[in-house]
Amino acid sequence: MAYSKKLIDHYENPRNVGVFDKKDQEVGTGMVGAPACGDVMRLQIKVSDEGVIEDARFKTYGCGSAIASSSLLTEWVKGKTLDQAAEIKNSDIAEELALPPVKIHCSVLAEDAIKAAISDYQAKQQSDDGREEEVA
Amino acid sequence: MKTPIYFDYSATTPVDPRVAKEMCRYLTMEDGLFGNPASRSHVFGWRVEEAVLEARKNVAALLNADSREVIWTSGATESDNLALKGTAHFHAKKGKHIVTCKTEHKAVLDSCRQLEREGFEVTYLVPEPSGLIDLSKLEAALRDDTILVSIMHVNNEIGVIQDIRAIGELTRSRGIIFHVDAAQSAGKVAIDVQDLDVDLMSFSAHKVYGPKGIGALYVRRRPRVRIEAQMHGGGHERGMRSGTLAPHQIVGMGEAFRIAREEMAAENERIGWLRDRLLHGLRDIEETYINGDLKRGVPHNLNISFNYIEGESLMMALKDIAVSSGSACTSASLEPSYVLRALGRSDELAHSSLRFSIGRFTTEEEIDYAVKLLHEKVGKLRKLSPLWEMHQEGIDLESVQWAAH
Repeated sequence: MAYSKKLIDHYENPRNVGVFDKKDQEVGTGMVGAPACGDVMRLQIKVSDEGVIEDARFKTYGCGSAIASSSLLTEWVKGKTLDQAAEIKNSDIAEELALPPVKIHCSVLAEDAIKAAISDYQAKQQSDDGREEEVA
Repeated sequence: MKTPIYFDYSATTPVDPRVAKEMCRYLTMEDGLFGNPASRSHVFGWRVEEAVLEARKNVAALLNADSREVIWTSGATESDNLALKGTAHFHAKKGKHIVTCKTEHKAVLDSCRQLEREGFEVTYLVPEPSGLIDLSKLEAALRDDTILVSIMHVNNEIGVIQDIRAIGELTRSRGIIFHVDAAQSAGKVAIDVQDLDVDLMSFSAHKVYGPKGIGALYVRRRPRVRIEAQMHGGGHERGMRSGTLAPHQIVGMGEAFRIAREEMAAENERIGWLRDRLLHGLRDIEETYINGDLKRGVPHNLNISFNYIEGESLMMALKDIAVSSGSACTSASLEPSYVLRALGRSDELAHSSLRFSIGRFTTEEEIDYAVKLLHEKVGKLRKLSPLWEMHQEGIDLESVQWAAH
């Protein structure tokens, strides 16, 4: 199977590999997939008070396409608002990396990961608001 | 040393230059050896008929068989199809039950599926975690209406050698026909059909440094084994497989098997040494698992899982070496290796497996290069792996609720 140059570049030089403290209030974590299925993606976003994604990190267990999809995603979400990031479609990722048809599920997983990270962040803010009210 | 390095000899082998040289003589006008061996009326036919007989003798010699017991086919897949369907169709009146194993090659499994559609009943044995068949389980599966047992000699993914002598004893005493797929064992394991109760045996040339597109089926004469032809036409190959013979391919297979017989012992020793060097070099990588029982396998094969790394991504990182993987991402079905799963390996470890197969042209330098590359790339990919991080933190991955997709 021949992969695109962009895909191979992201695979060989993955961007933003790493981990944020997932307990951190400004961090949202999304972990999707399962080891038995051959791919697990963990995407983390660090969000400013204004609701803008300032930084992102990932780690992925999976094939080259899954690694490249998550690496690309971390580049794309930086600087976006949560609403903008939630609008990223798997088809955009598939197109950018020229994923072959059998690898489309890797881009679906990446879309699931950013959605999961955003909802984790939003859930944190809500429970935080709740705590503040309780204190008050 | 040239890269990429070939470590996939179980998939196919390059044609030995000695074989290629011999084959070329049977193609063009130059040597007058292009004839149809079935042409009885002139010397062009006679010469080639003689060459085909010589090749038949060379193939037979590797198995200690009679040359009349060798039927040319297009490869092991056709041999398996002919053996299974040919036996089932010929003996359908006697019984409709077949026994095979879950880790057989697809040529056997898919032929069995077809026979099931035709009304035959098939028992698929589950091997032990070592990859070997428990003989008592095989014996228990045999019935009064069992007509055929088909078990491979050497497994293509994990290299384990089945005890075909013991299986033959079980089948012969019950009058059951025993077929062995020997595509992966020819030239690697000594085969003596005089000493084995094997009735049918499939062979391929291209796993033994011969050309692709040619194989053979051994069909025992004493006691005589009868099968129904699948390919009808001019009645070639004693009516069992019609079609004009391909002398250049046949001569290639004959030469390849002749070389194998002469060099097998020395070659196995050298390859075993290389495999041990590879194994030793990889031993200090944490969380690696050998698939299959090395002590009961051919020295040519090392199937190993690098836990917490997906096989295809590892192969992508190892672009200078050609290996194969049991990962789903390398197959069209998106299912991880059915062979590793049948051994009871978890899906995770099946996804993480690589198969190295070593052969005639593998060098020490190539092994050392692969070892170095693997250390580097396994480390790199584990740094990328959330599962490795969780493992390092002592999290039991079994306890995690995964969002399966």
